[in-house]
Amino acid sequence: MLQRFIDWRMNYVLVLAIIVFVVPLLMDNPFYFDLATQILIIAATVVGLNLLVGYAGQISLGHAGFYGMGAYFSAIATTTYNWPPLLAIVVAAAVVGLIAYVVGRPILRLKGHYLSMATLAVGFIIAIILNNESELTGGPDGMSVVPLSLFGWELSTFGLYSMFGFEIPGHIAWYLVAGVLLLVAVVVAQNIIDSPIGRALRSIHGSEIAARTVGVDTTHYKSLVFVVSAIYASVMGSVFAHFTGFITPAIAGFDYSIVLITMVVLGGMASPMGVILGAVVLKLMPQFLAGFQEYETAIFGFILMATMIFMPKGFYPTAMNALRRKLGRYSGGEA
Amino acid sequence: MTVMIDIKGLDKEFGGVHAIEGLEFSVEQGQVYSVIGPNGAGKTTLFNLITGFYIPTRGDITLNGESVVGMDPNRLAERGMCRTFQQMQVCMNMTALENVMLGRHLQIRANLLTSMFRLPSLLREEKACRERSEELMKFVGCGDYLDTEASAMSYGALKRLEIARALAADPKILLLDEPAAGLNGTETAELEELIRKIAQQGVTVMLVEHDMKLVMGISDRLLVINYGRKLAEGTPEEIRNNPDVIAAYLGG
Repeated sequence: MLQRFIDWRMNYVLVLAIIVFVVPLLMDNPFYFDLATQILIIAATVVGLNLLVGYAGQISLGHAGFYGMGAYFSAIATTTYNWPPLLAIVVAAAVVGLIAYVVGRPILRLKGHYLSMATLAVGFIIAIILNNESELTGGPDGMSVVPLSLFGWELSTFGLYSMFGFEIPGHIAWYLVAGVLLLVAVVVAQNIIDSPIGRALRSIHGSEIAARTVGVDTTHYKSLVFVVSAIYASVMGSVFAHFTGFITPAIAGFDYSIVLITMVVLGGMASPMGVILGAVVLKLMPQFLAGFQEYETAIFGFILMATMIFMPKGFYPTAMNALRRKLGRYSGGEA
Repeated sequence: MTVMIDIKGLDKEFGGVHAIEGLEFSVEQGQVYSVIGPNGAGKTTLFNLITGFYIPTRGDITLNGESVVGMDPNRLAERGMCRTFQQMQVCMNMTALENVMLGRHLQIRANLLTSMFRLPSLLREEKACRERSEELMKFVGCGDYLDTEASAMSYGALKRLEIARALAADPKILLLDEPAAGLNGTETAELEELIRKIAQQGVTVMLVEHDMKLVMGISDRLLVINYGRKLAEGTPEEIRNNPDVIAAYLGG
């Protein structure tokens, strides 16, 4: 029974929803909500990146570039040019998707290290542009961003909102909005994976030769998933910009791209719950390691190495396989 | 009889090595056409040329009257060509059934929008795809493995799974590269029966195979190549009595 529950297609979304909406009951500090909202936003970003890395087996070492592009497009359009935020998010996603297509189509013909290098370069170029176009972006000093607003209804972390008869402070409202966005991101990603498109993507990972033999236009599908994951990053970048109210080019930088990839690999490639867990762990770890400030990076690196050696499939799949084996043994069923 | 595949003056050079030299032959629709020859004769190279994995140095390949030289494998699949591999190409990150369903890729009209929202049209197509794929798995004798992970299947079962995946694409011509390699006697007999059934359905089959008993039993015509050149071509009877073939290949 329990075993079947674990295997059912969308059950984990239900579990995720419960976790997302129960956690705030345990927190009372606005700082925790701020951190938790950031985790939700970044988790939705890596759910998109996972489509590219975990399922299609490609890599992008410049994905923060798309995140940063979305964030800056929204910031500039809404703050400098007074666009409505929702319009800015949609247009940003379309522009970033188009750029990802134009860039992705030629570079996704590359494989392995060459693809890594090319995507790395894409990220660098975007970060350099954001740094240097200081008239638009404010350069390395960053720029402030107006709060998110929908049809005149403004969502600010400092506001106070009444929902369902409760008075909800802005930081909790933001958390709930980000939580809903993550759930939507997960459901859409899972639907893509469970479709013929998802099958084609996974076949590229499993055997590109087999995929081509049965008629999968691998170049097309690689570009498609690259664009989809870039759009995920762009939308969440836009959301992040409105959430924090102040962005710097660091969010488009190389370090941040590596963090995104690490979340996917550490949490568990091709596992939505896994990559979300990866986002949670990687975002929380610095908080716990703050006491050992000078050794923080070293401890961090050590944990990464140990995980890759002992849990090459990532935290979540390793834990779930162990659980399945255990349940299988007790019920006498197949493991 | 219409000509399914027509090959003229086919050459393939790797550096200075002539892997295929001046090869000419044609395969008629509905035939079982086998290519035999010693190791290194160029059989697999020939298959890779026909299926678009290699581009010929010279010469022409036509499929149903259309020149297909330099065409990508996925575009050849759209024209009804599918194949299996000597080095099996199975997606080990998927279940057996998903591998076969992948074979129906071109039969499904799915776009990103219907996929993202799981619209009814998509679900209908997926259901039909699943049913057809299950049918094909039973047809090739993999009925017991429907939900098995491909990585947990035996070698023999995987070989049949590859055939099921190729059949899922509704091919007009199916190329099998050493399907009997590594199979025991019983499995080979089952394979022979399977290929016969596939041919009866009107699918043209091209076969590279070392198992002489299998090849002689099911082929309508045979092509013998050695050092990339045609040594002989004809019915199994003609090949068996051809002095060149006996000298060069069957070892006298």
